[in-house]
Amino acid sequence: MRRLLFVVPALVFVAIAGFLAVGLTRDPSTLPSALLDRPAPDFALPPLPGRDEAGFSRADLGGGPVLVNFFASWCVPCRIEHPIINRLAEAGVTVHGINYKDKPEDALAWLAELGDPFALVGSDQDGRVGIDWGVYGVPETYVIDADGTIVHKHVGPLQPRDVERTILPLLESLKR
Amino acid sequence: MIVELGHFALVMALGLAIAQGSLPFLGASRHDLALMRLGSTAAVGQFACITLALAALTNAYVTSDFSLLNVYENSHSTKPLLYKVSGVWGNHEGSLVLWVWILALFGGAVALFGRNLPLPFKARTLAVQGLIGTGFLLFMLFTSNPFERLVPAPLDGTGLNPILQDPGLAFHPPMLYLGYVGLSVTFSFAMAALIEGRVDASWARWVRPWTLVAWVALTLGIALGSWWAYYELGWGGWWFWDPVENASFMPWLAATALLHSAIVVEKRDTLKSWTILLAILAFSLSLLGTFLVRSGVLTSVHAFAVDPSRGVFILALLVIAIGGSLAMFALRAPAMQPGGHFAPVSREGGLLLNNLLLATATATVLLGTLYPLALEVVGGAKISVGPPFFNATFVPLMLPLLLAVPIGATLAWKRGNLMGAFRRLRLAVAAALATMALYLVLATPASLGAALGFGLAVWLIGGSIADLAARVGLLELAPGRIWQRLKGLPASAFAVTIAHAGLGVLIVGITASSALQEERLLAMRPGETTTIGRYEVRFAGVEEGQGPNYSALRATFETTRGGRPVATLHSEKRFFPVEGQPTTEAGIQTTLWRDLYFVLGDRTPDGAWAVRLYLNPFVVWIWGGVGIMAMGGLVSLLDRRLRVGAPTTAAARRGGRPGLRTPVGA
Repeated sequence: MRRLLFVVPALVFVAIAGFLAVGLTRDPSTLPSALLDRPAPDFALPPLPGRDEAGFSRADLGGGPVLVNFFASWCVPCRIEHPIINRLAEAGVTVHGINYKDKPEDALAWLAELGDPFALVGSDQDGRVGIDWGVYGVPETYVIDADGTIVHKHVGPLQPRDVERTILPLLESLKR
Repeated sequence: MIVELGHFALVMALGLAIAQGSLPFLGASRHDLALMRLGSTAAVGQFACITLALAALTNAYVTSDFSLLNVYENSHSTKPLLYKVSGVWGNHEGSLVLWVWILALFGGAVALFGRNLPLPFKARTLAVQGLIGTGFLLFMLFTSNPFERLVPAPLDGTGLNPILQDPGLAFHPPMLYLGYVGLSVTFSFAMAALIEGRVDASWARWVRPWTLVAWVALTLGIALGSWWAYYELGWGGWWFWDPVENASFMPWLAATALLHSAIVVEKRDTLKSWTILLAILAFSLSLLGTFLVRSGVLTSVHAFAVDPSRGVFILALLVIAIGGSLAMFALRAPAMQPGGHFAPVSREGGLLLNNLLLATATATVLLGTLYPLALEVVGGAKISVGPPFFNATFVPLMLPLLLAVPIGATLAWKRGNLMGAFRRLRLAVAAALATMALYLVLATPASLGAALGFGLAVWLIGGSIADLAARVGLLELAPGRIWQRLKGLPASAFAVTIAHAGLGVLIVGITASSALQEERLLAMRPGETTTIGRYEVRFAGVEEGQGPNYSALRATFETTRGGRPVATLHSEKRFFPVEGQPTTEAGIQTTLWRDLYFVLGDRTPDGAWAVRLYLNPFVVWIWGGVGIMAMGGLVSLLDRRLRVGAPTTAAARRGGRPGLRTPVGA
């Protein structure tokens, strides 16, 4: 019986190694979403109080290709990504933001400090909408076409490379 | 030419590592002196080779040799010299060179300084160390060659991520690796002990200095990283429970547990298999951290470029090293006989409680780090685990631990007296309760959590001092006698006091900076004045400036208190054209009691600037406390018993092991 106890650490490790092995076969930054090529889920989020009165809901999607970016002020990679979102917005891309599990006042301060590139921002304080969208961890960026269908999902901070090679060409093709 | 020499030196190092990882094993089992001694020679040779390789790579960075792919991708000719050098380890390949260099450094150190080790034991330890080196050198040469050439050579490089161009971060990786890799020595000692099937007091003494060195380095490395995050990321936070931070924190927790349990092995000859397990786990968690950072399994700020073939290779390394050692543990550890018995209330009991809580905390952090991945793999709901999870699970585990620290350190071995401990600590108890009461009366609004935090901090600091005072008979004996007792105390007694008091200082910093922080966010026009805490802050304006490889917007804040000038702070937004990235530099004035921390935001359309002002009380105590803890570790290294080895009488009593300073057969 006592011998069995000594095998436990090895068994635990085997389980962890199994998970890591399966995890390796998936690249987290291009993780396919279960919702890919399906209409974006229904949602209606309140605004960040003080930013605007509008909020952000499912009805705002459609009419043209847009990006939806999940972000949070407590998320360090978001901070790294943010200048790139700013530049996308300056280049004329419509980017909507969903502020994920965050205090509105923190989010507002964050936007004030780093710039606010978003057309609309919804506040998803309890993360409910994030679950519907299959958010794995912030930041995540979704490309939505004119019909409101999710055509691409990017997990993790957008890098200049991703924007040039994937996001911009995709948006260009969606406009046609 | 120098580059090719560096590459060749790495191949040489691999050859030596293979020899070091095999021949001494053979020598130890055949009692072949020459083969056993080969381990030391190979270890020193391997160190020399990797030093050469590291020097060659550093030279390529300093001279901006862009014919090297690695230099092209991570450096630029206009970068300041410090960041050219730190650029060597600011990327995947170069940081691996540093990793194996430190591994070889420790191997060489064991070879040269491990003179009090019996030769077969030393040979086996070095052989395990050689095997680890072999794995990592193979990994580097096959998947991550730092000496890859680029033809034709580009005119200039692509630069280093500007957020990494910072003095704090230049020294953070070497320090952290010193800790990570230092744990490899403990691991090798544990494996050698498992092979020989013997763990005893002398083993615990041999391991202790190496564990201490690794622990001190890891402690300082984590502190540097957190300090960097505090002043560079520009929002006043200092710990984010980011997967990669956790990757460095888990080995630290395990190493801390190991430091404590090894004392029990040394003094009481018990908890042996547990200590061996901790030694294996501490290094395994370092390896896991390496995997998490480099395989692309998790995304993080720290993540290096994602490459699946690398991930597979590291996972294979992980399975061989961790799986192999845990299998060995399962086979050999049950044979180790548990030693002396002890009552639950005793020094051993206290250290066991410490170990249980630290191990649970490690498991919690591991769970939180891997949970999103595990859930994703089994196809469950997709979630992210953030600070709320860790605050809700980790903090409650720390409360009983902190509460128990001074009591455990006061108890006697074998059977302790709880009432006696409280009598010794009565002043600390009173001080802690008084602090809590004072906080609850003065603070508006007061939080119970903060009261608990301050109380625990005073309890830790007061308790460690009270214990030391009781040991030397302060308040009881004549000054002369006290001085004599003080001189008679071993360095380790002071080390315990210092390290535990440092922990208390750290808790003050954590509690105060999270509970009493003041924050103001507003749009200010040049010339406007506002207040934060008792300070008046005048926003003087923004001007443009130029750095060596960036352009900057520089805001000036004049701070006064009651009309008297306190500080003029400059907050910058920098833009790095080569890398195409901006950074923010907060304007910070640090004093012992508070930090003023001002961040410049964007310009609003009507000509004002968004600014964020923080008043962070006691925040410097966080790093000060950690520094004091590390100093405790260094003081413990001075302890005489680590240098003289175990008493011969004890070894002779057990038989079999010859005089500790004379190698077998010599």
